[in-house]
Amino acid sequence: MSIRPRSSPVRVAEIVPVTPFVKRFRLAATDASPLPRYSGGAHIVVEMRDGGVVRRNPYSLTSSPLHDGDYEISVQRAEVSRGGSVFMHDRVRVGDTLAVSAPVNLFMLDWRARKHVLVAGGIGITPFLAQMAQLSAEGRPFELHYCIRSPERGAYREALERCFPGHVRFYCASKGERLDVTQLVASQPLGTHLYVCGPTPLIDATLEAARAAGWPGHNLHAEHFAAPPSGTPFDVYLQRAGLRVYVGEHESLLEAIEAAGVEVPYLCRGGACGQCETAVLGCDGRLQHHDHWLTTADRAAGRKIMPCVSRFDGRELVLDL
Amino acid sequence: MELAFNEETFRDDFTFRNSPHAIRRFPFPFHEDRYMYAVNIEPHVPGPKGSVYEFPIDVDEHYVSEMRDRALVLREDPLRCQALPHMMTAQWDLLELLMTAMARDYPEHFALTRDGDRWHWINRPLGLDQRFVFGDALTLPCEPMEYVTRQSQGDFALLDHRDGNLWMDAGMITTQADWSLDFDIGMNFFEWHGPVPLAHEMGVFERALKYLLELRVGSPVRRLNWTMTVNPRLDTSPERYPSWGPDRLSLTPDNIGRKLHLRVELQSFWRLPRSNAIVFPIRCYLISLEDLVTVPKWGRRLPRVLRSLPQQLVDYKGLTRYRDMALEWLARYDDGAATSPGGAPD
Repeated sequence: MSIRPRSSPVRVAEIVPVTPFVKRFRLAATDASPLPRYSGGAHIVVEMRDGGVVRRNPYSLTSSPLHDGDYEISVQRAEVSRGGSVFMHDRVRVGDTLAVSAPVNLFMLDWRARKHVLVAGGIGITPFLAQMAQLSAEGRPFELHYCIRSPERGAYREALERCFPGHVRFYCASKGERLDVTQLVASQPLGTHLYVCGPTPLIDATLEAARAAGWPGHNLHAEHFAAPPSGTPFDVYLQRAGLRVYVGEHESLLEAIEAAGVEVPYLCRGGACGQCETAVLGCDGRLQHHDHWLTTADRAAGRKIMPCVSRFDGRELVLDL
Repeated sequence: MELAFNEETFRDDFTFRNSPHAIRRFPFPFHEDRYMYAVNIEPHVPGPKGSVYEFPIDVDEHYVSEMRDRALVLREDPLRCQALPHMMTAQWDLLELLMTAMARDYPEHFALTRDGDRWHWINRPLGLDQRFVFGDALTLPCEPMEYVTRQSQGDFALLDHRDGNLWMDAGMITTQADWSLDFDIGMNFFEWHGPVPLAHEMGVFERALKYLLELRVGSPVRRLNWTMTVNPRLDTSPERYPSWGPDRLSLTPDNIGRKLHLRVELQSFWRLPRSNAIVFPIRCYLISLEDLVTVPKWGRRLPRVLRSLPQQLVDYKGLTRYRDMALEWLARYDDGAATSPGGAPD
């Protein structure tokens, strides 16, 4: 009964270098039917055909949700790429065709908030670009705190200062500037919602500070921008398909299963949405959970795995697929 | 088929009627000779020409009179239309969805011209011509949800999506089967379904919610729900119970064929783009038993379905008082012959 993520073709209309590490891609519909609209924080999954390998990476939509037309995504070239971001940076040309899923929003604004405080780290700025376009147009109170490693890594810094004057603050680590999250969460009016996207340490520190300051859990929102981690290769046996599948070092379990021709429902491919939850039928070894979905009790029980990000180390893993 | 609008009422003298065309296209909800709950959701894709599924937003011969009835309900009870303040983006999403669909699929009746944010809407059946600025509620006579749903058949619930749940935070509810927006507003999916018997134990709502939270823009889904109503009355709300509750006592073996109606709701679910909210249109179709049995398959199937209902469902749907009388009346239309699968006429 699950709704399959269907993909539709788009044409790469424009590629703009934003920083030495980030490129912006404008994606246009290939026919007269317009691309589905979306809300700030939504992502699409981009499907790349890299030789015989199909790569699927989620990217936040950075274009304004208020206007019809093309999609924009911003792709950072990963330092240790599993292939997707390097493919986007080095191989994709204007005029190429890619496939994208319909937008899904797993990082929604809470429209009840009296104020929105956005905390971005590095490329974690991307979902906020679309959200700020919406917040600004509707005249809602918001502020962005944007942590960057160095000035050359501050994607969209000038544009943000120009478009949202008075709403943005930058913290450049190479200049010794640091966002004091404890102070930030200590001084917000009642009814504020806090959103954080970026590296895991930033997310953890921000949420921890907010909880310690007594913020209600429902006012805290995070989007982890983690790619599936690499790791030691392993084998998995898919019980229903009767298939033994090899999972390579830089390949996720989900990708290996898909490459073997078995479909698993997914939305985020980042361990957050819960769609790809799969039952573990046999496990002689250790499950390496990297998701944000399973509960501590789930992990202790060892009967479920999120194949989009999690791995296995041991002799035998059997999944209910 | 050319659309001509009936002059009819859904109260007092009840002059509501279905044309032969409206009978043929009635969304008969029983695909087999028995009924039990199921998460019977399917993609809301275009159906056969002339059917209620031909277009995503169905406009039929009852349009003008239904809109007049809605205006009467609202005049007596403005709280049938409510929106919490954070739902304004969703209100505009809904206005865009309905105006775009109606203008595209019924161009002889509706027209929409968009020049950036400046929109021009023409509704010929209701004689309206409105220029407004999309996103600026002050340029409309009332808030956008109320404006557009005074011109769209069916009830509309706007559901906010947050914290892994759906919240009934706005709606226009005037043609309901005995539930109240004023009571439910602000409730989440499990809270407003609290009174439904059996389904909770079956885990229906957990599965349905999970499914709905995955809805994508541009891929709406639908299901049919049903009950029965004495007299062709759209407004069977708790607020108005004193005016319709006693109708059940008015049924006799002689008038039940004319007075008792199968009431079918075409419920659809749409992800709205900019708010990420979900709109839940609940479109009500009514058909008298007399009209229903003109389709022989339906005449055979309805009594079999009514007989198969568990008592809890009979009570929940309010059929307790008259189920036996209805079965007696319907018996003569069931010759025992086999029926074909699916709800459509043979």
